[in-house]
Amino acid sequence: MNNLVILPVLIPFFTGALLILFSKKQRIQKIISSISSFVILAVAIYLAVYVYQNGITVLEVGDWPAPFGIVLVADMFANIMVILSAIVGVVCLFFTFQTISPKREKYYFYPFYFFLLTGVNGAFLTGDLFNLFVFFEVMLIASYVLIVHGGTKYQLRESFKYVIINVFSSMLFLVAVAYIYSITGTLNMAHLSERVAELEQAGALNVVAVLFFIVFAIKGALFPLYFWLPRSYYGPPAAIAALFGGLLTKVGVYAIIRTFTLIFYHDAGFTHKGIITAIAGFTMLLGVLGAVSQFNFKRILSYHIISQVGYMVMGLGVYTTLAVAGAIYYIVHHIIVKSALFLFAGATEKITGTNDLKQMGGLLKTHPYLAWMFFITALSLAGIPPLSGFFSKFPIILSSFQEEQYVIGGVALLVGLLTLLSMMKIFSYVFWGKQKHTEEQAKYPAGKLLLPIVPLVALTIILGLAAEPIFSYSLMAAEQIMDPTHYIDSVLKE
Amino acid sequence: MKQLKTNNVMLHTLVRIVSFVVLAFSIYLFFAGHNNPGGGFIGGLMTAAAFVLLYLSFNMKTLKKALPFNFDLLIGGGLLIAFLTGVTSMLFGFPFLTQFFEYVQIPFMGEVELTTALPFDLGVYLVVLGAALTIILTIAEDDK
Repeated sequence: MNNLVILPVLIPFFTGALLILFSKKQRIQKIISSISSFVILAVAIYLAVYVYQNGITVLEVGDWPAPFGIVLVADMFANIMVILSAIVGVVCLFFTFQTISPKREKYYFYPFYFFLLTGVNGAFLTGDLFNLFVFFEVMLIASYVLIVHGGTKYQLRESFKYVIINVFSSMLFLVAVAYIYSITGTLNMAHLSERVAELEQAGALNVVAVLFFIVFAIKGALFPLYFWLPRSYYGPPAAIAALFGGLLTKVGVYAIIRTFTLIFYHDAGFTHKGIITAIAGFTMLLGVLGAVSQFNFKRILSYHIISQVGYMVMGLGVYTTLAVAGAIYYIVHHIIVKSALFLFAGATEKITGTNDLKQMGGLLKTHPYLAWMFFITALSLAGIPPLSGFFSKFPIILSSFQEEQYVIGGVALLVGLLTLLSMMKIFSYVFWGKQKHTEEQAKYPAGKLLLPIVPLVALTIILGLAAEPIFSYSLMAAEQIMDPTHYIDSVLKE
Repeated sequence: MKQLKTNNVMLHTLVRIVSFVVLAFSIYLFFAGHNNPGGGFIGGLMTAAAFVLLYLSFNMKTLKKALPFNFDLLIGGGLLIAFLTGVTSMLFGFPFLTQFFEYVQIPFMGEVELTTALPFDLGVYLVVLGAALTIILTIAEDDK
């Protein structure tokens, strides 16, 4: 029993509720939300230290014992995710202060921002499949509001599709939960893991496993269900696109990794090495091809999300401790770098007023800091050593070759090259070449815009240079989730 | 289209009585919760139904006169009440949302069960009431 576990969920919830009361007073809103975002970060780090020292920490909400009540479980993997969501939460919030229009600010932007964080953190920490559904809903409803917030014509059209696809997948989620409850009679994840092990994941359970995979694949934008992502992430302002692009799809990936290491791991030949690996390959390849064919800053980034999600899922598909550790490290790297890139897209849009690569150029001369910071981040995404992208791709591809899965390893290498190509395309169009923006735009001070991005760029460099301790931490997290008995023992206390 | 100002005597007379019955029943439902069918959610919806009934038979101006506050505050306040109920048990060293109850003798009412689930339910009640009224009346205002 430790109430610390629920704090990353409670603080954003409290902040969101409080901010509703101050919805028309922008100054107070800004002060409250910035204090709160730092408190969340501090609590997340403290929780991580606590879990590192004391092992998996469990909270039984309302004092109801484990398989009957609701549990929140903080293991190392969940903790990494909570810290990341807190970091992205802080950064995107401060970028929002710089870029958002007062008109949007007045209409409950900040409350929903924090409700979104509530849902995301809840989904990471819950130890109960039905509560995973609930927190997904909390997150999605907040995201529906944020994605349509501002109400431009494009946003309304695209977010309609976003809502439809997510409502559909939520219904599918509920059906899958009902199926597994009727087969096993429990929804506590640790208890489920025990019972599925007793049944040896035979017969209908494999169907349920694949059903869960489809649900999370829609949320995580995997092949062939990624079509909604590039268009809907294009609509909202950059700070929101960064938050979504960095965090939301990764909640789906987190749920896939959690369920397929804790519950459905008995038939790895069929689920992991068969379905998941094949889908990861297609996701990577088609995602990056989509990116190469685009000429719009934000759209290229959106397609890259898809191809990167493929890498993470591939780490799970290869299913060795090293590969899963690689996948965890990849998630860390991806959330940081992708949020940073989206914020860069927002910054260049703020300066030049466009997202079209062909209408930009010569920013290197007028805004050199922006250009070189983007350059570092872009190289990191493509996986150039010594940045974090290299150390996240390396273990995944290495273990795919060790497991003699040469095809998927080869695809991953090819996708890395294409990623580099499309990142360099952005760099050469936006920052090189003739200056296409006006002199007035050239004088726009980029310092304030860059300030929130600096920590992210610094983090990707640190993640690369200090890869050893961070990778060994994710290796520990991977060992913890690859052996479900740790999780089961700490939840059910047997 | 300009709305016709009708003076519907039957509706007005009925609504004046019925809305009181609905309100009373919603309060009964609210207190019946957590052991019997009822609770904050359904109670809040029922209260909202009573107010919407008033809106339908009179108009927006009358309703605003009867409820002169912003419904958003209900949502925020309700969330905070529910939150604080959960946190209170944390302050005493119990897990979040732990429930306590006690049977107390209150004059005129006899033995009454007092639980900490009640303030939590009150929070839910306010959130549901605020949300339902905001949704319905926002759409209704669009009509003009």
